[in-house]
Amino acid sequence: MGEFTIKMPDVGEGVAEAELVEWLVAVGDPVREDMAVAAVMTDKATVEIPSPVSGTVVWLAGEVGDTLSVKAPLMRIETSGIDDTPVPPDTPQEKGAPVDSMTAAETPKEPAACAPLSPPALSPARLPPAAPGKPLAAPSVRLFARNNGVDLRQVRASGPAGRILREDVEHYLAAATDATSARQPLAIKTAQEAVKLTGLRRRIAEKMVLATTRIPHITYVEEVDVTAVEDLRATMNRDRKPDHPKLTLLPFLMRALVKAVAEHPQINATFDTEAGLLTRFSAVHIGIATQTPAGLTVPVVRHAEARSIFDCAAEIGRLAEAARSGTATRDELGGSTITISSLGRLGGIVSTPVINLPEVAVVAVNKIAIRPIWDGTQFVPRKMMNLSSSFDHRIIDGWDAATFVQRLRTLLETPALIFMEG
Amino acid sequence: MKDITCTLLVIGAGPGGYVCAIRAGQLGIDTVIVDAGRPGGTCLTVGCIPSKALIHAAGEFDALKRMASGKSDLGIRAANATIDLGITTAWKDGIVARLSSGVSSLLHKARVKIIHGKARFRDGKTVEVETETGLQIIRAESVVIATGSEPVELAALPFGGPVLSSAQALSLTQLPNRLVVVGGGYIGLELGTAFAKLGSQVTVVEAMAQVLPAYDRELVQPVMRRVSERGIKVMTTSKAIGLSPRGDALVVEERGERQELPADRILVTVGRQPQVTGFGLEDLDLDRAGPFLQIDDRCRTSMRGVYAIGDVTGEPMLAHRAMAQGEMVAEIVAGRNRGWDSRCIPSICFTDPEIISAGLSPDDARSQGIEVKVGHFPFAANGRAMTMDDEDGFVRVVARADSHLVLGLQAVGAGVSELTAAFALAIEMGARLEDIAGTIHAHPTRSEAVHEAALRAMGQALHL
Repeated sequence: MGEFTIKMPDVGEGVAEAELVEWLVAVGDPVREDMAVAAVMTDKATVEIPSPVSGTVVWLAGEVGDTLSVKAPLMRIETSGIDDTPVPPDTPQEKGAPVDSMTAAETPKEPAACAPLSPPALSPARLPPAAPGKPLAAPSVRLFARNNGVDLRQVRASGPAGRILREDVEHYLAAATDATSARQPLAIKTAQEAVKLTGLRRRIAEKMVLATTRIPHITYVEEVDVTAVEDLRATMNRDRKPDHPKLTLLPFLMRALVKAVAEHPQINATFDTEAGLLTRFSAVHIGIATQTPAGLTVPVVRHAEARSIFDCAAEIGRLAEAARSGTATRDELGGSTITISSLGRLGGIVSTPVINLPEVAVVAVNKIAIRPIWDGTQFVPRKMMNLSSSFDHRIIDGWDAATFVQRLRTLLETPALIFMEG
Repeated sequence: MKDITCTLLVIGAGPGGYVCAIRAGQLGIDTVIVDAGRPGGTCLTVGCIPSKALIHAAGEFDALKRMASGKSDLGIRAANATIDLGITTAWKDGIVARLSSGVSSLLHKARVKIIHGKARFRDGKTVEVETETGLQIIRAESVVIATGSEPVELAALPFGGPVLSSAQALSLTQLPNRLVVVGGGYIGLELGTAFAKLGSQVTVVEAMAQVLPAYDRELVQPVMRRVSERGIKVMTTSKAIGLSPRGDALVVEERGERQELPADRILVTVGRQPQVTGFGLEDLDLDRAGPFLQIDDRCRTSMRGVYAIGDVTGEPMLAHRAMAQGEMVAEIVAGRNRGWDSRCIPSICFTDPEIISAGLSPDDARSQGIEVKVGHFPFAANGRAMTMDDEDGFVRVVARADSHLVLGLQAVGAGVSELTAAFALAIEMGARLEDIAGTIHAHPTRSEAVHEAALRAMGQALHL
């Protein structure tokens, strides 16, 4: 028997600390080699930390939301010769452990025993009980339900043979409270809820503050006639090969961006405020702002300059899916040189996009609408779309911003230019 | 006499009424209870309690007779066992008096006002009572009808003379030589057996094909064996026609053939009917369910503020059902949210041996389309039963085949009435066979047979 300390690994790219977003084990749990034991988040990605040994968890470094520096002890594991050693029920608390870890230590030792007590695992939905006839519940539970106005037939049972436990009624009550208030739209509501920002939400908050306080934004909006590029897109989608992804407007914009930044290299760049250093890139790594269940992330299509339209489209699809399912790697979620933000049908008329620090430009796509346009002799219906772009005014002058966007406009309005070489 | 105004008026001080009044008083409700008789009702004064006293006395005497006859396997010998039924009855009356005055003092303690006299409805919220000191008017916000039931009288055999109701049979001071019991339900069998043990020659006349028709054949069989061992004659599918012209025999028709059964006394126990007439209830025009008052799951009748509990509300006419209803109604009147949601009402037949049942029998369950597992355990394999020299009977458990949820428990055997608590608790708590099997049952007791029956239903009996 020995003890092994897992330390916060170096999660790369000069990251000095990481936030604990989830403990995947509790004190007393057995772990196997290579089993993920914790999830930590840097400002780039969530990383699962595997255990290099097998044994039993005896100590955890803190609670979810804590920030730990790299190389700090994360978890201690009591190792033994044999895997699956039964866990002693009263593993002594590590001396000197932070108070925070008490919570984890109190976690029930036996997962099966606590199963009915964990509300998230149970849907409080109104499911019929397992057995027909009168609901199966002890008299004390029936009285509790009656005193709380609960119809036991609506309560999902977690006990053996479909027995309704007091906890089941409590869960039902907790869920029903929300539903009841929803049914009375005019009732005064006084409830408030304090939610601690953790994980991705906190990263987003911090980054937005930095971006908007450090960067003097200049936002420029121009309308673009996308009739031609939309016609082209429709044709390409109709005639595409079976293995080609369906095209949205985004890959066309990306290719136009590649062309445009080639003529405005200071726009495809990052700016290090402390060092006063602007870095221009020949590669175009385009960040695509993507909504995920956890919040906004920006997966990156790397080397867009070397990708075809279809290649861009395929990569966007792959990355968006990875970001939404939380499987995107750290590399896929960082390192962009310019960012596109598109809300599709929700794009609105104008937006004021926030620059993805430390970049210097962001292009937001607004919705396409058919509008009457004067062609010199008459009004004609054209598909029109606005581009709302923000620039770091420290680096980009208004003139440069305008010429860049006008170049983008020309490319999109005459899409053949996008495909011209040289 | 000054009118009384109260929050709750309970009519009838039987087990349903007095429990309702006590609980209401405890909850601070201004409560009045009215009864023409002694507190305790049928159960306490002419039913459960006195009959159990008589059955016990008969059992003791019977045991002594067996010893006196030199047949006791225990080696006990006695001579000239006799019984003075007058003293027995006095002993029984003493118990009844103690319990009745106990109920009175409990009512007083709960600050319930007791009015003695016959109540009569003026309207749904006003009752007049003929008391010894005059007519008392009582007005109440809520009224509970707990008037109980009375023995059914046969037109051909009106009570009086040699024809006895169960209440009268419990107060005999002279043992009848020849007793004919008309009606082979639990009351007839209980009392018939007791009189046979006391020394009467007993014949039971039952119209149905089986006595104790409320219980299945399997449970009744051990009782029937004892009945015939005692020399009790049972005539099934037989009808009592009436007294013989000389009044010393009962005319019985069995499959079209009439015969006279010589009888000193004829005990008629053909059932009980609700007491719903003679006190102005007709004028209230409450909804009925057959002869009974119709109630909902809160014991509310069709008139607002008028509740009914106990035998007047239907089957099963059992004291413990009435008590539970009474307690519930008191809490409802106190403003609490209550409703009837018991899963089982256990029943007992104090025959020899006793029969008990809680929940569903195997046939009940199957007729509801439920696939069941049934486990029996005979007392012949139970150590305690052997040491008590009474091995007849068994315990039976009925459970769902899929989830092993216990649906019913029945037993027949000496002293099994005490097992009803365990049976009802198992069902109310939603026990599975594994729960009973996993509960340590003390040795040596008859209750071990419950444990074994559950094990056996799962195919794991230890002692069989």
